[in-house]
Amino acid sequence: MSNTPGDLKYTEEHEWVRDNGDGTLTVGITDHAQEALGDLVFIELPEVGRRVEGAQACAVVESVKAASDVYSPLEGEVTETNPALEGAPETINEDPYGEGWLFKLRPSAASPLDSLLDAAGYRAFLEQEA
Amino acid sequence: MGYRTPLFAEHEALGARMVPFGGWEMPLHYGSQVREHHRVRRDAGMFDVSHMLVVDVVGGEAATFLRRLLANDPARLRTPGKALYSCMLNQRGGVIDDLILYFRAPDHYRLVVNAAVAERDLAWMRDRTEGLAVTIQPRRELAMLAVQGPNARAKAADALPAELRAQALGLQSFRAAEQGDWFVSRTGYTGEDGFEIVCPGGEAPALWRGLARTGVAPCGLGARDTLRLEAGMNLSGQDMDETRGPLESGLAWTVAWEPAGRDFIGRRALEAQRARGGLRRMVGLLLMGRGVLRGHQAVLSNGEPMGEITSGGFAPTLQRSIALARVAPDLGAECEVSIRDRAVPARVVKPPFVRNGEARIDL
Repeated sequence: MSNTPGDLKYTEEHEWVRDNGDGTLTVGITDHAQEALGDLVFIELPEVGRRVEGAQACAVVESVKAASDVYSPLEGEVTETNPALEGAPETINEDPYGEGWLFKLRPSAASPLDSLLDAAGYRAFLEQEA
Repeated sequence: MGYRTPLFAEHEALGARMVPFGGWEMPLHYGSQVREHHRVRRDAGMFDVSHMLVVDVVGGEAATFLRRLLANDPARLRTPGKALYSCMLNQRGGVIDDLILYFRAPDHYRLVVNAAVAERDLAWMRDRTEGLAVTIQPRRELAMLAVQGPNARAKAADALPAELRAQALGLQSFRAAEQGDWFVSRTGYTGEDGFEIVCPGGEAPALWRGLARTGVAPCGLGARDTLRLEAGMNLSGQDMDETRGPLESGLAWTVAWEPAGRDFIGRRALEAQRARGGLRRMVGLLLMGRGVLRGHQAVLSNGEPMGEITSGGFAPTLQRSIALARVAPDLGAECEVSIRDRAVPARVVKPPFVRNGEARIDL
């Protein structure tokens, strides 16, 4: 069973979201997602400053197997991207919830974090998908 | 649920990710496909290829039958154990399958065919034996392991039956030695040195564990695919198929035109293709921009479609993305590939991309 930390929020597209407490969120892909994709070999990240809508494709992760879109969990503005991934996409496989984060987002006021799944909800979703 | 090889329990015990492949349940990887790839390039890895089918072709007219069946010429094989790569074509010159043929005795040949089309291969072969003193004998009870890498032969030798060890270590490339139902050849599908070992299914788990003890890493079909792509080796059904023949698939070198009187199946169609000219050709591509090349992406020149990628991916040895592509004859040295609706520059190169651990193209 894959790892799903209790302090994060999740989407049904297998992104995780961490509330940084400073008005920004950090976004990545879940342990389940990285395991299903296999070794990651190429990452395309959104430009800093880009406005994204909720559930909008804004990044691409490519594994040895296939390319997958990453969706913005909420509406907002991209404030930072992870520079370490450019030369080391495998960081996502090694540490999906830590060093393997993708981008940071400043959600718009109308974008409630509690609309996302909590860890229990995501685990239930995974079980139902399996 | 698919067929299982005699090594299924070994794969499960190692925590392999199992996937359906050609009707079989096979290991995709044992944790990291890229790490397995590097193990083969740098040391030694082993692959369960028991899903592939060993077929013995036996009888006084075996050679006559095979010289009609195959685009390469079995008459090139004159000494026991010698191997030949060939395509098996349909009447239209398309590729039903590719295979390796071994000469064992004048009335006894062995071939190894791909899993996904094994039944089709058998039916095709049997339908062509009529009136000939030859029988087609599938050997499903045999397992097959590929041990590949610079240290593969030395490590594998310790795990082989003692009576086969010296013979196996003395093999030249594309030669085989046998002892009872054990059959060892110096062949492979990775661009590295190594063996392919056929043995009775019941003895395969002990061989697998013996190889693991000598430090040979278990590797899945994922690494097998990236290794063969780097080696510039075609995958039957993907880089060539029943509608795309050897002349358009970089396999013209495997078609034996001489002697001109040998009327192999597909010969007339290939001769007509050759006479007509303008054939597409198979090239290698090295991606210069960002992204990953994948099968079916369009190859462009100045925005005009010039062909299509047949196999593409990320090459762990080169840390770049590469592909095999079938393109128009007049494509130049530079092109673009349509990746997710963007034209990304790529360079045309001559495969192989990697051999014996070394890059064979300029990066």
